[in-house]
Amino acid sequence: MWIYEKKLQYPVRVSKCDPRVARYLVEQYGGADGELSAALRYLNQRYSIPNKVIGLLTDIGTEEFAHLEMIATMIYKLTKDATPQQMEEAGLGPNYVIHDNGLFYNNSSGVPWTAAYIQAKGDPLADLYEDIAAEEKARATYQWIIDMTDDVDLQDGLKFLREREIVHAMRFKEAVEIIKADQGTRKIF
Amino acid sequence: MNATKPTRDWYPFVGPFDPCPPKYVKSYYVPPNELIPYQPMNLPQFSLPEALRLGTLWPALYGPYEARSSMRGQQSDE
Repeated sequence: MWIYEKKLQYPVRVSKCDPRVARYLVEQYGGADGELSAALRYLNQRYSIPNKVIGLLTDIGTEEFAHLEMIATMIYKLTKDATPQQMEEAGLGPNYVIHDNGLFYNNSSGVPWTAAYIQAKGDPLADLYEDIAAEEKARATYQWIIDMTDDVDLQDGLKFLREREIVHAMRFKEAVEIIKADQGTRKIF
Repeated sequence: MNATKPTRDWYPFVGPFDPCPPKYVKSYYVPPNELIPYQPMNLPQFSLPEALRLGTLWPALYGPYEARSSMRGQQSDE
């Protein structure tokens, strides 16, 4: 069960009318290493992982949904007032034809989100290393999106999200250490 | 109902920090089939050549669409 707080995790300000960037932000919305993939990956893996790290996956998976909202807000702010012509100039002509100015879970190239982006191998180390890799890939993606805009307010929100990826990767690495240490201990069931 | 106008308007939230010039009114189109639960018999009909051109025999089902903000050219919306 979740409790919803009707505010963003970190304030989102977009100061430059540049719908072009919305197309790149979509990568973190419905892309392979985006926030939707992250949230669903962690919240699903947690069922078959040792007890000690279930809570970590729950917490981080939940935070990824908070990030998803922030990304959605950025995209929405950039596209909600765009005319069809402006959408096309922003490279979002195909998006307009399919979704009007609506958001959709696809990547920056328009490929729809697929569950094939995420994994649950059932092996705690395999899953956690996938999670670490996902966080690092998301961090890199944020860097490349930051490179694509000169809106400092938008960059501010993206920099927050990028930093969270670093923290999450650290937590997952600690979870790997917990799992490794656990392997040598004797346990009575 | 709104018999004269096939679109409905709504007023989206406009924030104080919107990056782009905001649209204050958005609208969506409600086609005539939404307003006819079950088509009655003997409705008025277009002439046959007109029906072939318009795509329907019945004026009651005729719901034309014009480009909203003309894609090439002026930028008036709705």
